[in-house]
Amino acid sequence: MTQIDTSDAIPASQPAGTAKGVARHWSESRALSPILLIALILLWEGLIRWFEVPKIVVPAPSAVFVALWDGIVSGLFWPHFLVTLWEIVAGFGIGSVIGILLGILIGLSPLMERLIYPYVVAFQTLPKVAIAPIIVIWFGYGLSSKIIITATIAFFPLLANTIVGLRSAPREQIEMLEACTANRWQIFRMIRLPQALPFIFVGLDVAVVLSVIGAIVGEFVGARAGLGYLILQKNFSFDMAGVFAILIILSMIGVGLHMLVVAVQRRVLFWSEATANSVTGA
Amino acid sequence: MSHSPDIQTGALAPASVAAAVSGDPLVRIAALEKIYPTRDRGNVHALSDIHLDVSQGEFLTIVGPSGCGKSTLLKILAGILAKTSGRVQIAGADLDGPNRDLGVVFQAPVLLPWKSVIENVLVPARVQKLDMAPARRRARDLLDLVGLSGFEDRYPGELSGGMQQRVGICRALIHQPKFLLMDEPFGALDAMTREQMNLELLRIWKEQDATILLVTHSIPEAVFLADRVVVMSPRPGRIAEVMQVDLPRPRNLEMFNTGRFGQHVAAIRRHFNSTGGID
Repeated sequence: MTQIDTSDAIPASQPAGTAKGVARHWSESRALSPILLIALILLWEGLIRWFEVPKIVVPAPSAVFVALWDGIVSGLFWPHFLVTLWEIVAGFGIGSVIGILLGILIGLSPLMERLIYPYVVAFQTLPKVAIAPIIVIWFGYGLSSKIIITATIAFFPLLANTIVGLRSAPREQIEMLEACTANRWQIFRMIRLPQALPFIFVGLDVAVVLSVIGAIVGEFVGARAGLGYLILQKNFSFDMAGVFAILIILSMIGVGLHMLVVAVQRRVLFWSEATANSVTGA
Repeated sequence: MSHSPDIQTGALAPASVAAAVSGDPLVRIAALEKIYPTRDRGNVHALSDIHLDVSQGEFLTIVGPSGCGKSTLLKILAGILAKTSGRVQIAGADLDGPNRDLGVVFQAPVLLPWKSVIENVLVPARVQKLDMAPARRRARDLLDLVGLSGFEDRYPGELSGGMQQRVGICRALIHQPKFLLMDEPFGALDAMTREQMNLELLRIWKEQDATILLVTHSIPEAVFLADRVVVMSPRPGRIAEVMQVDLPRPRNLEMFNTGRFGQHVAAIRRHFNSTGGID
C-alpha cells in the first residue's frame, strides 16, 4: 500500500510499473524526463509563435520565464512566497501532529475508534473548499485562517496512515515482546510505533503536497498576501505570464517539500523495504 | 530400548544424572488442558491431560505430527496463550502469563529490523529494565559464544537466516532465564546449517547450564539433542510416550550413523506409523 499511496499523491514523479521495474529503468527515465520537458517547452513556444496566440490566453514559455525572472529580481514574489510557505509549513505541521496523535488514540483504543472515528470520516467527506469561506470569516484574512484550512486538509492522511500503521505490527513481534513480560506501553514504543513509521511517512508525503493546495485555496477565498492572492491579482489584470510564473514557484515548493520528506524518511527508515522502493521516484 | 511410559518416574541416563539429583523438578506440568472454542466445528481439544516434569539442566525435545498441540503447549508455557485448566509450576511458583524465568526462541527469528544486532539481543533486558552495563557485556559474550562477535552493530537485514536465528537464541538467553523454550527454531534452515546449529545449541546448553524444552518436526534432531524425547499424538493433543535417550554426551554428528541412534529414531517412527505418521 505504501507505493500505491505515494504514486497517488505525486503521479508525475513516480513512473508506472513495479518497484523492481522502476529500479531497472532508473537511469533511462532520469535522462528521458528532462529531455521530454525541454521538447514540450520548445513545441509550446513554437506553436504560440506559429499561430500567434494572444498572450492573455496562453503565454509563451519565454514570456513566463521573463515574468518569473522579473518577479524574483524585483523582489515582488519574495514576501508573498514567504507568506505562502509559512502557511503551508505551519498548516502541515499542525495538521500532521493532530493527525498522528488522534491516529494513536484511535489506533490503540477500539473504544475511541467507535466513539470518534465515524465523525472524523464524516468531517473528511466535507469538501474543505466548501468550509474555507467559513474559516476565513471566523479567523480573518490573515495567516491563521490559511493555516487552519491547510491543517484540516493535511491531517487526514496522517490520521488514516497512523491507524493502519499501528495495526500493521506482526503478531510474532508482539508475542515475542509479550513473552519478555512487556507491558502495553513497551509494546507500543518498541514495536507498534516503529512499525507505523513507514505508513506515517507515506501520510506525510501525501499531506505535504495537499498542504500546498490548502494554502492556495485559503488565499483564493480571502487574503491580503501570498502566492494565491498574487495569482488572483495577476488573473484580474490578464497577466497570464505572471500567473504561470507563480504556478512554477508553487510546484517548486511542492516538489521541494516532498523531497525533504523523502530525505528524512530515508534517514529514519533505513531499515524498511518500503523506503527502498518509494524513494526511487523522488 | 529404554522406553519409559511412566513419565513421572522415568530413570535418567547417566550423562544427566548430575543435573537431576536435587529433589523437585524445575518445571512441573500437571493435568494441563487446552480447549479452543471454534465457531463452526465445536470445540478443538488441543491439549489433553498433559503431565510432564523437567529437571534442572535437562534437555527435553517434543516431536509429534502437525496438530498434536506441541506448539500450543510451548505457547502456554511461554505465557502468551491462556490454558483452559491444569497447573504449570516453575521453580515451585505457579506460572500464569509471561515470566522472567523463561526465554523463548521462536520459529522465525523475529528480530526488529530497525535495531542493531546487539540492541535486538538486549530487547528483553530493556523490557525488564535490567542493569544495562552488565547486560551489554553479557550480550557481547553471548554473541561471541554463537560466533557473531564483530556483528554487534550490523542490522538483521544484513545477516543470513542461520545468523539471525543465532541472534534470536542470544536474545532468549540475555536475562539468564531458568528455562529455555524453543519452538522449531531450526525449521527454516537448510540441512547443513541445521546440523551446525544443533551442535552449537548443545554447546550453549552446556556452557550456560541451561534447561531446554525444544519442539521439532525432525525425529533425528529430537533424538540427537535430547535427554528425553516427548512424543505427542493428535486429536486430542496428548503425550503418547516419553523416551529416554541413552546416547553418550558430548554428542557429535557421527552419532547419526550409529546403531543406537537408529534404534531410537526407529522406535519413535514406529510410533507415528501406528498413529497415522508424522505430517
